[in-house]
Amino acid sequence: MEFSEHIKTANVEDVVLRRPFYQPTKGTLCVTGHHLIFSNRGGDSARPFLLLLRNIDAIEKRPSVSSGTITLKCKDLCVLQLDIPGMEECLNIASSIESLSSLETVSEMYPFFYRPPFLSLQDQWGLSSTEQHYAQMKEIHDGWRVSQVNRDYSVSPSYPPAVIVPHSIDDETLVKAARFRQGGRFPVLCYYHRETGTVIMRSSQPLSGANRKRCREDELLLQAVIDGSELGYIIDTRSSQQAQQARMTGGGFESKSCYRGWKRLHRQLEKGKVLQESLIKLVEACGDQSHSVDRWLSKLENSKWLSHVQTALSTAGLVAECVERDGHSVLVHGSEGTDTSLLVSSLAQLILDPDSRTLAGFLGLLEREWVQAGHPFQQRCAHSAYSHVRLRHEAPVFVLLLDCVWQLARQFPLAMGFSEPLLLRLAKEVYASDYGTFLCNSDQERCVTGVKERTHCLFQSLLRANERQHYSNPLYERTELAIWPSIQPPSLQLWKGLFLQWTDDALHLVEAQKVIQNLVSQCHRPLNEKVENTDG
Amino acid sequence: MFNRNVENVRLIDTVTSRRASVGTLYLTATHTIFVENETEILTETWVLHSLVFSVEKQASTTTGCPLLVRCKNFQVLQFVIPQERDCHDVHVSLLHLSRPEHYEELYCFSYNANSDREDRRKAWDFINLKAEYSRMGLPNHLWKLTPANHHYKVSDTYPADLYVPKSATPPVIMGSSKFRSRGRFPTLSYYYKENHAAICRSSQPLSGFSARCLEDEQMLEAIVRSNPRSDFMYVVDTRPKLNAMANRAAGKGYENEDNYSNIKFHFVGIENIHVMRNSLQKMLEVSEAHFPSMSYFLEGLESSGWLKHIKAVVDAGVFITKAIAEEGISVLVHCSDGWDRTAQVCSVASVLLDPYYRTLKGLMVLIERDWVSFGHKFSHRNNHLNGDPKEVSPVIDQFLECVWQLSEQFPCAFEYNERFLITIHHHVYSCQYGNFIGNNQKERTELGLQEKTHSLWTYLWKNRTDYINPLYRPDHSQTQGVLRPLTAPYCFKFWGALYNRFDRGIHPRQSVMEYLMAIREETQQLEEQLASHEMKILNVEKQQKKSVNLETNMFDRSPAVWASPPSNSSVGLANTPGDYSGLGGFLKSPYQQKEPENSLLILPWPQELRKPTDPDLSTNGDDQESGIAGLSCLSPPNEESAKDPDSDETAYSAA
Repeated sequence: MEFSEHIKTANVEDVVLRRPFYQPTKGTLCVTGHHLIFSNRGGDSARPFLLLLRNIDAIEKRPSVSSGTITLKCKDLCVLQLDIPGMEECLNIASSIESLSSLETVSEMYPFFYRPPFLSLQDQWGLSSTEQHYAQMKEIHDGWRVSQVNRDYSVSPSYPPAVIVPHSIDDETLVKAARFRQGGRFPVLCYYHRETGTVIMRSSQPLSGANRKRCREDELLLQAVIDGSELGYIIDTRSSQQAQQARMTGGGFESKSCYRGWKRLHRQLEKGKVLQESLIKLVEACGDQSHSVDRWLSKLENSKWLSHVQTALSTAGLVAECVERDGHSVLVHGSEGTDTSLLVSSLAQLILDPDSRTLAGFLGLLEREWVQAGHPFQQRCAHSAYSHVRLRHEAPVFVLLLDCVWQLARQFPLAMGFSEPLLLRLAKEVYASDYGTFLCNSDQERCVTGVKERTHCLFQSLLRANERQHYSNPLYERTELAIWPSIQPPSLQLWKGLFLQWTDDALHLVEAQKVIQNLVSQCHRPLNEKVENTDG
Repeated sequence: MFNRNVENVRLIDTVTSRRASVGTLYLTATHTIFVENETEILTETWVLHSLVFSVEKQASTTTGCPLLVRCKNFQVLQFVIPQERDCHDVHVSLLHLSRPEHYEELYCFSYNANSDREDRRKAWDFINLKAEYSRMGLPNHLWKLTPANHHYKVSDTYPADLYVPKSATPPVIMGSSKFRSRGRFPTLSYYYKENHAAICRSSQPLSGFSARCLEDEQMLEAIVRSNPRSDFMYVVDTRPKLNAMANRAAGKGYENEDNYSNIKFHFVGIENIHVMRNSLQKMLEVSEAHFPSMSYFLEGLESSGWLKHIKAVVDAGVFITKAIAEEGISVLVHCSDGWDRTAQVCSVASVLLDPYYRTLKGLMVLIERDWVSFGHKFSHRNNHLNGDPKEVSPVIDQFLECVWQLSEQFPCAFEYNERFLITIHHHVYSCQYGNFIGNNQKERTELGLQEKTHSLWTYLWKNRTDYINPLYRPDHSQTQGVLRPLTAPYCFKFWGALYNRFDRGIHPRQSVMEYLMAIREETQQLEEQLASHEMKILNVEKQQKKSVNLETNMFDRSPAVWASPPSNSSVGLANTPGDYSGLGGFLKSPYQQKEPENSLLILPWPQELRKPTDPDLSTNGDDQESGIAGLSCLSPPNEESAKDPDSDETAYSAA
C-alpha cells in the first residue's frame, strides 16, 4: 500500500500516552495507514487504544535530545500527549501523522477499508431515497411529483437525482428555472405540513444580478407553490444589505414586483469563515481553565457561538411559525443554498414534525436535508477548531445544527426520540469516521468515487438494535405538537457535553444520564411488565 | 384595617408586554390580589406584602397610570390603573403595607394563628441543634459545651449554646470575646470526626495596628491543641486584604502571624454586602430585559460580577474543605462581624465535607446552625422591616446559589432538588414562617416566635416528596464523602429558575425532574402491586397444593388501578412560539426603507389562536409548568387553598 511511504517508523516501544480521564500509561505505539494504535505492555486484556488519523486536527512536537513529546489535538476536541523516547522516532512519528492525517484523496480514506462483520456492502446505502420518501407521503401526491430532471446531475451538480416539485411544473420549466438559480438549485420541497397544507421549500439565490434579470419559469415555479392562497414567505438567510450586495456578483433576491404574493424576510445567519472562527474562539475559551469568571464570560460572548445558536433557532422558529400558525408556505435560501438554508429548514422540521424527532426520523432528516441535499461535508469539515492550516471552505454548520438540536432537546427533554450521545457521536463522525456517509460534497461525488458501493452507511449502523438502545432517549414520550423553543438568552446554554466533554464536569453529567437511564429502563419498564405478567 | 379595591385594572404580562388581563385589584391586610374578570375560570394573582421589594408609579399615559411592583422573589408585576388618583392611593398604601415598622406586623404572626399551640410548639423541635452537635460526635474529649453565653451575656448575637476546645477556660473565653467585634469569640461550627479537624468561626480581632490579647492567642492555641494530629491551624479572613487593612484604622483588623503561634493566615477576598447588593441589582436588570441579544446578556452578566462572587464563595469553601479533609488542619474563619461571609463559607464547606448536608434535613440543620443560630441578620439583610436599605444584601441567597451550582455539577449527590432551594429562598423573604424573623437568637426568643409562629422546616418536611431529587443515589460514588467540585469559570451558570422564576417562557418546556418524580411514584405503586400479586400467586400455589381441584377463580380479577403513566399533562408542554420576529431587526435595515413592502412583516402573534380553552395559556396551567405551583403567589380560591402557603382565608375574606 502506498501509505507505507509515509511511515518511516512503524513501531515505538515505551511510549507514554496521556489522555483525559486516564492515568498516563506506558506502551507500544504503532502507526498504520489510517490509525495510531497504542497498546499496553504486559498484555493485560484491555483493548488497545485506537485513534483514527483523520481525527487529528493539529500536531505539535517538542523534540529534545533523547526523547520528544507530541501533542495531538483532535477534531473531536480531545487533546492527547505522547512522550516518545528517541528524537528521531519522535520526528518520524510526527511527520507520518502529519502527512497521513491530511490525505485528501477520498478513495484512500478509511471508510473504503472498514469492513465490520455486522454490515454488508450489499445492503442499501442510506436509509431512503427521494422516491421512497415521496411514496410514503400519500397526502402530497395530488399537488407534488418526483422529478428525475437531475438524474445525470446536469441540471444541478449538487442536487440528488430526484427531487420533489409542484405537479404543474414540468421538467423543461425546471431546467430553465435552474439556470436562474446559483448552482442550479431551484426551489424544491423539503417539508409538507399536513394540517395547513403548506410547505417548506429551499433553493439557492436567484441570479437576478445587477440589472434585475427575471426568469419567467422561476416565477411560475414559486407561483405554483402558493397556488390558491395569497401569500408565501421567502426567508432569506442573509441581511438585506448582503442580498443587495450579492447582485453585484450576479446573485440577488426575489423582488416583490416579480414574485406576486411572496413576501421576503431577511435574517442574517453567519456561515463560512465567520462561523469557523467562532468555533475556534469558543474552543479556545473552553480550553483554558485558569480564566477568571469575567474573562470566561467575555470570551464566551466574544466567540459569538451562542449568538449563532440563537439566530438559527429564531429563524427556524420564524419559518415554523409561518407554516403552522399563519398557514403560509415558506421558501428558505441564502446564497448557495447548501449551508444556512439546510440549517434553517431542518430545524424548522424538527420544531413542527414529530416524525423527524424519532431516532430513525432524525437520521432520515439528516440524510435528506444534508447528505442528499448536497451540504459540502468534505470542504466544511476538513479541519476543526485546533488546526493551524489556513482556512479554505471550513465551517461548522453541521455542528451548529447539532448544537441547536441539543438546545431543543434540552428545552423539550421528552420530545426527542434520540439522546445526547447520538448528537455527540454525529459531531465526531462528521469530522472523522469509519463510515462513508459524510464523505464528499454531493451525491454526484459520492457516486463517482464509489462511496455508495465501497463504504458503509453510518445511519444504518446507528439503527442496529444494540446501537439503537444507546442512542434512544429513555424519557421519550411522543408529542404531536410543535415544540417552540425559547430563544431568550437564559434559555440557551453552552453545550457542555460537546465543548467540555473532556472535563470532569461532563463526566458527572454522563453519570447522571446513566442514573436516569437506569431509573427509567431498568427499574420502571421491566417492573411494569412484571406486574402485567403476574396480573392474570 | 385598610381595605380597598380598584376595578378595571390591567395586569401587563411583563415578559411579552403584549398581553394584558383586565380585572379588579384588592388590597388586603396581607396580600395584594388581582382577580381577572374576563376568564371563565377565576384567575387570581396573590402577592404577599412582605414580598414586595419596590413599588414604582410611572408617568400616566392615555390608557391609565402604570404601577410597577417588584418582588423579592423576582416576580415583577405591572398594573395599569385607569384613574391617576386610584393609582396614587394604591401606591401609597402598598408602600405603607410592604414596609412594616414592627416585627408584630409581619405576616407570620397572623398566618394560621388559630392552630393548636402545643402542635406548633412541638413542630419547632423538629430541628434540634443539640442533636446535630451530637451527630458530629460532640461533646467529646476535645470539645465541650460552654455555658459562657447563657442569657447572651458574652455576645448578644451568638446562640446560648456554644462549643469550645476542652482547654478553653472561662477567663480565656471572656478575654477573647472582649478582643473580638461584638464579642463573637472563636467557637466551633463544624467538627470533622474522621480526623478531628474543625471549622471554627468568629468575628475580626480588635487588633488595630498593634494591639494584642493574650487570651485570644490562648484561645487559638487551644483550637490547635484540640486537633491532636496537627501542630498549626489556618486562619481564613474572607475579606479582600485591602478591606481588612482598612479596618485596622478603626481599631479592628486581622491576626498578626507573629503574635499567634502556629497559625497560617490566608485571605480569600469575598466582597462586602454593598458590592453584592449592587451586583445582584445589575444582574436583575439584565435578566429583566425584553428580548435581549445573546451578547447583551453575556456582557451584562459579566459586568454584574455576580458569578465571580459566587465562585469566590465556592473557592473559599473548597479551600477549607481541602484543609480539613486532606490536610487534617483546623480552620478559623472570620470576616468583619462574622455573620455574612463567614456563614457563607462555613456552610459551603460543610456541604462539601459532609454528605449529611446534602440531604433534605441536613440542609435545614445547616441553615439553622450556621445562619439562624449564629446570628445572620435575616431581618436586616432580607429587608423584613422598614429599615436601612444599606443593610440589605443577598447573602443567604448566594449560599443557596452556591448549593445549586454544586448540585448542577453533581446531579446525583443531593437529596433535595432545585425547588427546595427556591422555596427556602422564597420564605427567607416571605415572613410567613417564624424561622428567619429577627437578627439573632436573643431577638427571636424575646419575640416568642416559637409560641406565636409556625416553623418552615416542618412544612417543608411534610411536603418533602415535592423536594426530593429523583436522581439522588446515597450509594453513588459522587454522593459519598467529600465533594471535590471543579471551580473553572465555566462551571458557574446563570440560575434562570430563580432569577427568572416568573418568566415561564425561558424555562425548559418539559421537566425531566417532574417526569422522573412521576415515574418514581408509579414505580412505588407498581412495586406494591407486584408484591401483592406475588402474594396472591403464592397463596394460589398453596391452595393448589392443598387441592388441585380448586379453580383459579380464586384470583382477584379486579382491574389494575395503578396510576396512568406520566402523561404530558403532568409534565406540561408549553406550546407557544417565542417572539422569533423580535430578533434580527429586519425593520431597521436600510434596505427596508427603500422597499417598504417588506416592513409590514411584523409577524403577528397569533392572538386569535389563544383560546382560553388552551390549557397552556390559562394562568393556572402555566403555573404548574413552572413547577413551583406550591409556593407561587397564584392560588385558586377553592377549599384546597388552605394548603397553599401563600393563601390565607382570613385575608381573602377581608377582601
